[in-house]
Amino acid sequence: MIEGKKIKAKKRKHIIGILVEDHPGVLAKLSGMFSSRGFNIDTIIVGKTAIPGISHIIISLMGDDKTIEQIEKQVNKLIDTIKIIDLSPKHSVVREHCLVKVASNPKTRADLINISKLHKTSVIDISNSSMIIEVVGKPEKINNFLELMRKYGIKEISRTGINAMQRTRDNNHK
Amino acid sequence: MNGSEAIVKALLEEKVEHIFGFPGGAVMPLYDEFLKHQGELRHILVRHEQGAAHAADAYARVTGKAGICIATSGPGATNLVTGIMNAYMDSSPVIAFAGQVPTSLIGNDAFQESDMMGITLPITKHNFQIRDANKISSTIKKAFTIALNGRPGPVYIDLPKDVQTNEVSAEEKDTHIAGFKPVTAGHPVQIKKAAEMILNAKQPVIIAGGGILWANACPELQQLVEAFSIPITATFMGKSCFPEEHPLYLGVLGMHGRKAANYAVANSDLLIAIGCRFSDRITGNLQTFAKKSKIIHIDIDSAEIGKNVGVDLPIVGDAKNVLQQLNQMLKKMAVKKKNIKWAEKMKRFIQECDCSIDVKGNPIDPRKLVFELGKVLKEQDIVTTGVGQQQMFAAHFLKRSKPHTFISSGGAGTMGFGLPASIGAKVAAPDVQVFDFDGDGSFAMTQQELATAKEENIKVIAVIMNNAYLGMVRQWAELFFDRRYSAVHLKRTPDFAKVAEAYRLKGIRVERDSEIGAALREAYKSDEAVVLDVIVKEEANILPMFTAGANTTDMFGGCIKIKGKLF
Repeated sequence: MIEGKKIKAKKRKHIIGILVEDHPGVLAKLSGMFSSRGFNIDTIIVGKTAIPGISHIIISLMGDDKTIEQIEKQVNKLIDTIKIIDLSPKHSVVREHCLVKVASNPKTRADLINISKLHKTSVIDISNSSMIIEVVGKPEKINNFLELMRKYGIKEISRTGINAMQRTRDNNHK
Repeated sequence: MNGSEAIVKALLEEKVEHIFGFPGGAVMPLYDEFLKHQGELRHILVRHEQGAAHAADAYARVTGKAGICIATSGPGATNLVTGIMNAYMDSSPVIAFAGQVPTSLIGNDAFQESDMMGITLPITKHNFQIRDANKISSTIKKAFTIALNGRPGPVYIDLPKDVQTNEVSAEEKDTHIAGFKPVTAGHPVQIKKAAEMILNAKQPVIIAGGGILWANACPELQQLVEAFSIPITATFMGKSCFPEEHPLYLGVLGMHGRKAANYAVANSDLLIAIGCRFSDRITGNLQTFAKKSKIIHIDIDSAEIGKNVGVDLPIVGDAKNVLQQLNQMLKKMAVKKKNIKWAEKMKRFIQECDCSIDVKGNPIDPRKLVFELGKVLKEQDIVTTGVGQQQMFAAHFLKRSKPHTFISSGGAGTMGFGLPASIGAKVAAPDVQVFDFDGDGSFAMTQQELATAKEENIKVIAVIMNNAYLGMVRQWAELFFDRRYSAVHLKRTPDFAKVAEAYRLKGIRVERDSEIGAALREAYKSDEAVVLDVIVKEEANILPMFTAGANTTDMFGGCIKIKGKLF
């Protein structure tokens, strides 16, 4: 709800979880609404939930508070939307999965494997000219790792987009 | 029971009595079924699917029930699109059905296939494609629930041809929609805050939108206005929700609204906006709109609150419920407070802006035509309009005081709305006279529906304000493009009286101001549809107005009788 007319216009990253009915066309309705209202999505992932017939869509995007509020209301208006979950990093676990193909040769291979170990990532495929490394973690961790890989020569990147889940707070221990 | 039988059964269960439509290959099984139900389900054959959608739209606005239209697949369905979009913009509960190629051919670019699910996606409240005959009954039930509850809106249903003929073996019973929970009552804390704000306000103004009409909240609104002498203005969509002869009624606000209304809003210290969405035609420049006012925004659609204008107090809920709650709360607070000084000032202003003007002379002044129309109209008669100058002349000068007696295309501004809408309104309210107040440009877009009026014996009276121009575009060209007229002159073709005669209906051409009254009265008495082709001044402007995006107080032209500063 808006209180007062002054709303902070500062843009920041938001993560919104949306529970939707799982039937054909739902994603089209959601993405169609985003494009027709001029909202930009940074990342989007769709998957099944523990409940049959209900899918989970997780969207990350940049926006000021007013825009985000309007987006949430418009998403809520879609008949297929069952619930919106605030997945701000404050209360949630946020992770992303990334595969990166880096150029490698016998000289750099050991280096790459060491860096990979230090960052708790896994080397999952090695060829004569490149290797594929799997990185899982917060998006910032992936960004940092990719930055390190840059000087070796990144050939391909495939990122899933942000996945997130609300933490459960146990009130008894407060 | 096959699919078509299930569709008709579901419609009858929803108490549907009228359907506007146009058949074709992909809906023939359903049309075949209609034949067996002619007594209980009247199908009105239009001459273009757009007409079916507009008629259903107007039918919904008059009755408050869902309006039903139907078309075949492909071009039939795409012809509905303008009408569906129109209903979407004005929150009208139209349920549009269209045939589709058999499920086995969907996606194959089969004959008369079009992706209507994709096309109607951004212009409906929701859409369904029924791929299983067992889901017909539950889907139709859901469609009615969605269209009519919360903020009303159109629902589209895609009916593949094989589903219409398949046997229904095990009907789905579950009609629960998990994600659809419209808020109906206002939050008590917000209601209390609103009551306090109203009691503390010195210069309050109410903006009443179309939501008042959809919620049937007119009596509650009047109660609030009269209890505290709060001046009230209506949005274009709200017109007819409040008696226009009332001393506290400021008129319609906005770009082509009444000066009194725009000035009152600009100088208010509290705006109580109910069931409106602060469209750009109302706010003008958002930076300066109602700068001095606190704003209470009451709407059933939370997404409308804060969308265009920042608000101080949001209340999500049905206008009728919220107004009842608010009236009760104010009564409980038992403060006898009337804003006499402000109200008296507004009353004086309203009188000075009064627009009931009888402009004599020839060629006919459009205001004279509206004036004469106002004289023959009875309170319960319905007026639909086309889109353009004549629509704004009607909004401004024609007084409508009974709810749902003014039906027009607001958000979409769809030319050609008037005639099919009048047909839908007449079917919905057969005991009153229905006028289509139209323009020569607008009327020509859907004039083929005269055949519908003739063949289905639906008596409507089309009054065409014929200025030989696309008048509104011409007016803008005059005002904002140095009178460079680009493709706006219609040169009085066709002769609309003769067009009426070609449809074997009565057509009357009116050229003198002295003839208007008699012609209207003759049309009023007629048993069949009548077309009045009224030849008016070519270059008359509808004023006052403000420019798109300008301050609402920067209105020019218009009908203020007494000069001088009021604020």
